[in-house]
Amino acid sequence: MKTFLYMICCGVVISVAYWAYKENYRTQASLRRVAELQQQIAHERETISVLNAEWAYLNRPNRLRDLVDLNFGELGLVPLLPEHFAEVELVAYPQVEIDVNELVNPVSTSSAPTAGPDKEFP
Amino acid sequence: MRTPLRPLARVLDARERGENPDLIEAEERAIRNVKTQMKMRRRAESRLLVLGVFFFAAFLTVGTRMASLSASEPTEPVSTASIPQIANQRADIVDRNGEVLATNLATTALYAQPPLMVDPQTAAAGLVKIFPDLDLKRLQEDFSGKRKFLWIKKKISPEQQQQVHDLGEPGLLFGPREMRLYPNGRLAAHILGGASFGKEGVNAAEVIGVAGVERYFDETLRDPAREGAPLALSIDLTAQSAMRQVLSGGMKLMHAKGAAAILMDIHTGEILSMASLPDFDPNDRPRVLTKGDQSDSPLFNRASQGVYELGSTFKIFAAGLSLEKGQVNEDTMIDTRGPLRWGKFKIRDFHDYGKELSVTDIIVQSSNIGSARLAMATGTKAQQELLGKLGFLDVVPVELPETRSVHPLLPPNWSELSTMTISYGHGIAATPLHLAAAYAAVGNGGFKVKPTLLRQETIPPQREQVLSRDTSTKLVKMLRAVVTRGTASFGEVKGYEVAGKTGSADKPKPGGGYYDKKVIATFASIFPASDPKYVLIVTLDEPSIKAHGEMRRTAGWTAVPVAAELVARLMPILGLRPNVASAGNVQYMASGN
Repeated sequence: MKTFLYMICCGVVISVAYWAYKENYRTQASLRRVAELQQQIAHERETISVLNAEWAYLNRPNRLRDLVDLNFGELGLVPLLPEHFAEVELVAYPQVEIDVNELVNPVSTSSAPTAGPDKEFP
Repeated sequence: MRTPLRPLARVLDARERGENPDLIEAEERAIRNVKTQMKMRRRAESRLLVLGVFFFAAFLTVGTRMASLSASEPTEPVSTASIPQIANQRADIVDRNGEVLATNLATTALYAQPPLMVDPQTAAAGLVKIFPDLDLKRLQEDFSGKRKFLWIKKKISPEQQQQVHDLGEPGLLFGPREMRLYPNGRLAAHILGGASFGKEGVNAAEVIGVAGVERYFDETLRDPAREGAPLALSIDLTAQSAMRQVLSGGMKLMHAKGAAAILMDIHTGEILSMASLPDFDPNDRPRVLTKGDQSDSPLFNRASQGVYELGSTFKIFAAGLSLEKGQVNEDTMIDTRGPLRWGKFKIRDFHDYGKELSVTDIIVQSSNIGSARLAMATGTKAQQELLGKLGFLDVVPVELPETRSVHPLLPPNWSELSTMTISYGHGIAATPLHLAAAYAAVGNGGFKVKPTLLRQETIPPQREQVLSRDTSTKLVKMLRAVVTRGTASFGEVKGYEVAGKTGSADKPKPGGGYYDKKVIATFASIFPASDPKYVLIVTLDEPSIKAHGEMRRTAGWTAVPVAAELVARLMPILGLRPNVASAGNVQYMASGN
């Protein structure tokens, strides 16, 4: 009985030692991976900041203005002026296509509701 | 083999000899005891040995670990270390809408360690090929001399770095650097200022602000606790760009030598755009002039550093004071017969305005005599008090280090004559920014504003009331009349109800006296008059334009049209709709001052 207990204990010790050994190496591998990732993050951040700077540089007002001038033929953009403001009331409603039948028969005799102009003007 | 305690043979022998057989037993027992003792001892000794070895090994392990710990450098566990790259960065500067005004860029510095060099002469020749601005002779001397270390370039591009790599010289080394980049170039150059390197090491260099907000907020921008949160200015990048474009066009058209403009929110004091021409590129900041007039340097900010006599724009303060004191109302007639004498001194008007003018017309026609009379009636002390409250006696508390040292020029002895001349803006010199803050108080219901370059969320809750709301409304009406029927008729922008006052002051000669044909033309405006939202100040330095066969220098002909164009361009950008109802027929009339 005693010997059996000893053997079990030995077995437990060996397996726990093996587990600890493995965990140790796994931890070290994880730490290395974390360091790698952090380096990668730092690199990505640097890239982002460079891209941000580049974006700001490419979108600088002077360059955009020159581009607008260069492409005036296609874009026809002009500086925003007070005349460009308008009242909402001045915007035309979209043209409603009117069904010819409705003109002929303005009051519908069928019981089913027809899609009249009312739908467009709620 | 186990021996019995009473061996039969010996017991029988002893009995035959008549001896006591118990002795035999005792003897045997003694022998047996000794044997057992010996056995026990050996076992104990071996156990001790095992224990000894065990303890020795244990202590040896502990000792070795301790020795190794004490001999090695302490390190933190890697998993808890954060990302250090961000914390070191200087925070970005953005405009009120989050557009980048200043940011950082990773770059490389080039340095040399001559002792490591294989072929210094070829290396020097190669470097000069890559960087033509380097001096070949100097480099050769440095490389072959006693120097162990020298910086060659503080910032190089990746392409240049590759070219240096290609030289294959082990003595040329690179250090990482972070440089400040202003992607918009000259825009808002005077506000941003610039940055340069402070303490330099091989692996890093400190970026420090040298002027403008970069310097004023240097500590804040470098504070790691910000965690890279950008600093939001009150500037609107688009408006700033449009202002610079219009102003530079206006400056060329008016043949002016310099120009400045400030657009300010009338309630919060936020400077939405501020431009001063000529300007510079903060990415490549020019050196400070070592001789000559600093105001000729592009580094000079005319809007906040330039101290000028701002001329007739001051008349509105004289009128305001008289209204505030209840001495007059806007229709009271004032004697304007000239010239007005004070001792040897005579005050004249640009034109003769006849016997008398109403207070409104004094402002509209810009009568020096009329405003001098108003100032005489209110007195020196009241004038000093009002100008003090409006901020003319102190530096402008704006977030620019250069401006903090610019004191307005005041008369050394504030006599009655000074009071009279100051009422029409002579004998006192202040910056256009002073004027902007004062006009903001005139237009916003009489509250003092503090000009600021930082984005404000709300109107400051406690504001000092400098003028009454009633006076403010009346003054804005007078200023509006200046544009509709006075000296600033070119300033009318349909729908924006511009109200403002022109000012043309002769430039003082360095030795005393005034230049005959050099003026500072200023237009200070508030709009829309029915509900003032913005203040715009435009100042042109020595403008002149030929119109109607005459050389015109007054603000009405020079600064006002530029200001009108600025209003028309900037207001749509800032989303202020024109008031259609007010955009009636405009009557243009040309007149001076």
